[in-house]
Amino acid sequence: MANYEENRIITSTLAYAYPDTQRNAVDGVTMRVKNGEFLAILGHNGSGKSTLAKLFNALYVPTKGTVWVCGLDTKDDDLVFDIRQHAGMVFQNPDNQIVATVVEEDVAFGLENNGVDPKEIRVRIDDALAAVNMTKHAKKAPHMLSGGQKQRVAIAGVLAMKPDVIILDESTAMLDPSGRAEVMNTVHRLNKEEGISVVIITHYMAEAATADYVIVMDEGKIALSGTPREVFAKVDTVRSLGLDVPPMTDLAHMLRESGVNVRRDVLTVDEMVEEVCRLSSSI
Amino acid sequence: MSIVIEHLNYIYMSGGPYETHALHDVNLTINDGEFIGLIGHTGSGKSTLVQHLNGLIMPTSGRVLVDGMDLADKATDRRAIRQRVGLVFQYPENQLFEETVEKDIAFGPKNLGLSAQEIDRRVKDAMRRVQLDYDKLHDRSVFELSGGQMRRVAIAGVLAMEPQVLVLDEPCAGLDPRGREEILALIRDLHRESGATIVMVSHSMDDVASLAERVIVMNHGEIVMDGVPRDVFSCGEELRGMGLDVPQAVQLAGKLRARGFDIPEGIYLIEEIKAEIEKIAGKGGRHA
Repeated sequence: MANYEENRIITSTLAYAYPDTQRNAVDGVTMRVKNGEFLAILGHNGSGKSTLAKLFNALYVPTKGTVWVCGLDTKDDDLVFDIRQHAGMVFQNPDNQIVATVVEEDVAFGLENNGVDPKEIRVRIDDALAAVNMTKHAKKAPHMLSGGQKQRVAIAGVLAMKPDVIILDESTAMLDPSGRAEVMNTVHRLNKEEGISVVIITHYMAEAATADYVIVMDEGKIALSGTPREVFAKVDTVRSLGLDVPPMTDLAHMLRESGVNVRRDVLTVDEMVEEVCRLSSSI
Repeated sequence: MSIVIEHLNYIYMSGGPYETHALHDVNLTINDGEFIGLIGHTGSGKSTLVQHLNGLIMPTSGRVLVDGMDLADKATDRRAIRQRVGLVFQYPENQLFEETVEKDIAFGPKNLGLSAQEIDRRVKDAMRRVQLDYDKLHDRSVFELSGGQMRRVAIAGVLAMEPQVLVLDEPCAGLDPRGREEILALIRDLHRESGATIVMVSHSMDDVASLAERVIVMNHGEIVMDGVPRDVFSCGEELRGMGLDVPQAVQLAGKLRARGFDIPEGIYLIEEIKAEIEKIAGKGGRHA
């Protein structure tokens, strides 16, 4: 079996059909999430990307094929709790995933269920809340928080489990730009400093542009994959898959169409600035 | 029909330990036929403000006048106001409940006591406006639809009340790029076709930049900026200071200026910055 030290999640010819349906929502996906990798999964609504995410932590069990999470087969019922500790999931709507009446108790929920030592629980709660910048709200009731703050609590709950992989299923969709930036900065920091692998399912192309690797889903299959630069440079293909490209990639595309010779794989404002400087000095 | 807000204050949980002064002396006139983009970070008071526009919540102090009528006045028919000011909440599809698309959209008009014929006309008209095929979808369960379609059903339910002012609280939240594009096009058409007044709450500066004629920025329960997009978005530093994004065209224009390029102030659309870069490519535009 595959080496899970190098690959936190591995799927092999993975397929999943919802009960009472004929069509496979995920249809023959073979992929991996490498140790320490920051992976983005894109795709329009109904492309299968959220289904894929739910297969990653045994919320769904494959109809065909296999998912290994840190070497554990998600088909094995006895391993479900181990798998979810290795691969923690944060969902889109924070109102559906907060269970306790006090913020820090919500963060402690998973730890208590796993029988972690109370002293250790205290440390992990404090660390997790600090990591999402919610320390000062530790004693508040979750319903007192904004949507963005609730989402950060949900992320803290996952962090407290010290997972190897964090999966964010459109977890920034309901946040404002500063809340989004905070979540993205947090997961990037956890990825870089603690080596936690991150999988984000997102509709925000700018977020995908910060990933190491991008997978684009369509009709349950992987339609496109590569580094963000490779993927987004294929502007027309990306659009045909119902997605957008980052605004600066779009601008580069439009400039090239009107005969201005900028690189086609520009992703950020700073890169566009460099391209314009290069153009100007080459005249 | 205009909406005038005078010295509006709103305090959540007044007197309790979590008392929050959500709106602080807000003064605002929304003119007939305007397209307003309302922006501000989470907790800035924008959702609280829009809920005042049809009397869903009432001021702690101050007044909201819809077409000259004070919403707090007992003599004012609030039901009639709510027909004229339609509010589309965040994630409105969560409020769909009827068995079929048609029944859900008809729910509001039915409660108005309209004739069956008029209800039918309104449902068909609303579905046409949100580009849902009546023949194909009217007797389908709303829960069989895609996320984008469900949201359009929810918007159609509000449109069927034939409001003069349409308030949308983050209408594109959680949709994929195609769904977002469809909803934005729909709102643009509603404004152009029927001249409806639109107030759109949004976190996306690029969406606001491309649609709104007037941009209002809220921070800590106050209106801190109010102007045409060109003026508001040229205040990049202030917006960032309030935890807001700046359209990428504005960011690019600023950074190019800092590198010595002669880029006019007030640029905020991608097409505008594209034209500037074409000029640079054509003749080299750097001062230094």
